[in-house]
Amino acid sequence: MTLIKKGAEAELYRMTWMGRDSVLKRRIKKLYRNPDLDLYIRTTRTSLEAKLLSEARRLGVPTPIVYSVDLKNAEIIMSFIPGSPLKKIIPKMDRESLHETFSLVGSLVGRLHKGGIVHGDLTTSNMILKDDALFLIDFGLGDHTFDLEARGVDIHLMRRALESSHHEVSKWAYEGFISGYGEIMGDEIKDILKRVSEIRRRGRYVEGGR
Amino acid sequence: MRKLYVMGIESTAHTFGCGIVSSNGEILSNLRSEYIPSSGGIHPREASQHHASKASTTIKQSLDVAGLKLNELGAVAISLGPGLGPCLRTGATVARAIALMIKKPLIPVNHCVAHIEIGRLVTKEDDPLVAYVSGGNTIVSAYSDGRYRVFGETLDIALGNCLDAFARSLGLSHPGVPKLEALAEGGKNFIPLPYVVKGQDVSYSGLLTMATRKIPEVNPSDLSMSLLEVAYGMLAEVVERALAHTEKPSLLLTGGVARSPRLQRILKAVCDEHSARFYVVPPDLAGDNGAMIAWTGYLALREGISVPVDSSYIRQRWRLDEVEVPWRR
Repeated sequence: MTLIKKGAEAELYRMTWMGRDSVLKRRIKKLYRNPDLDLYIRTTRTSLEAKLLSEARRLGVPTPIVYSVDLKNAEIIMSFIPGSPLKKIIPKMDRESLHETFSLVGSLVGRLHKGGIVHGDLTTSNMILKDDALFLIDFGLGDHTFDLEARGVDIHLMRRALESSHHEVSKWAYEGFISGYGEIMGDEIKDILKRVSEIRRRGRYVEGGR
Repeated sequence: MRKLYVMGIESTAHTFGCGIVSSNGEILSNLRSEYIPSSGGIHPREASQHHASKASTTIKQSLDVAGLKLNELGAVAISLGPGLGPCLRTGATVARAIALMIKKPLIPVNHCVAHIEIGRLVTKEDDPLVAYVSGGNTIVSAYSDGRYRVFGETLDIALGNCLDAFARSLGLSHPGVPKLEALAEGGKNFIPLPYVVKGQDVSYSGLLTMATRKIPEVNPSDLSMSLLEVAYGMLAEVVERALAHTEKPSLLLTGGVARSPRLQRILKAVCDEHSARFYVVPPDLAGDNGAMIAWTGYLALREGISVPVDSSYIRQRWRLDEVEVPWRR
């Protein structure tokens, strides 16, 4: 077992599970947190993530295949995706491929939303490009919901992630995202985008009033 | 180069502050007067009346402590936002008058940028991730390409707002947070409360509602402990995510809530896990103050930034990430 990533929330190990190239994701104990709260957060997120990864696949959204879940230790074993996080590739992309890629991201998020799932943490670190397929990972903050508010927050977070980490290209990327998302969501997108701008204004300080 | 003195005026919320700094980064004076509501939360009109009545003595004292006369100032910096309209207008009126009187530049300063810059000045840490937590703001930010970018923030009310309002509901007098923390020391049983992290953002309004609703039902020490654990835990999580994401070498904790020893311990532990250095802005500069406005004003002045008095409008919703910070380039 070799450590491949130590994130804020979890450690990822590459390993072989029943002969398959796999990743073990372990949500680590946070000593700064109250132990009851810590256990609650780690187990609920592990359980939720395992469920959502499988359900998202059924909706046609590429995700790692879940092999095994150990709730007590907050561990998931899933298939390894050989590819690069979108975050690393964006700086090398031209405007056209940026639009195309984010249109694909948008359509995947659209499929999730249509199917009653929100991701809850749409950042470019949580998207892996492998050949032409785009995999979504990290569903620990997701939810089962058709709620307008939850969908709006999902889109808001995507936009904010683009603005903070890829500000120089965020406009093109977001436009691409919305076009792909709109293709799947159809007329529903109007209400969602209206809610997105509401959520943005709700933030403590955005000019344009509440 | 001859030493330059800049006066900074702060009046975004409950504090009227006047500070004076020199161009080599000395804080010569930092006086303030705080409006304390007789009951409930901050009332904007009452706060602005407080500021108007305290402005002239605060400014006089600030000059006396610095040992300077008005005409020795090189510029006047004013915190134009974000904040409460009536409060901002009071401070801006005073600053405009002084600038006109001494015929020196008026420098527009964003209050959030000032909290970061004073922290960088006193800790000498050049490029930290910043957690700015106060009664009005909850922002995780880092510098990138000309601006302070927002990596996480509250989707509704600020951390300090949540804690203050809860403390008032418990009947604790102002300032509520230290009393809340003392009460929480005796807490033993953790009571589950809404822990809401959405991506890199937090939401405190549901937590406040639920905690307030539970007051008649449970032990106040247990409830206070649980509220603080959840509220600080949420912030710690988004700080940790931003630290991992931005790979900044350090964390700077600033704003009024930075004074909390419990929050400091939690964030220090987060930093230790990521081998990042941890800094806290000292208490007298952590809350709203004039010195931070003066220092940021000086940085801006050096880049040629100033504003004509007749277009020095206040900006109640002036976001941190809208401000160009050319001195960081």
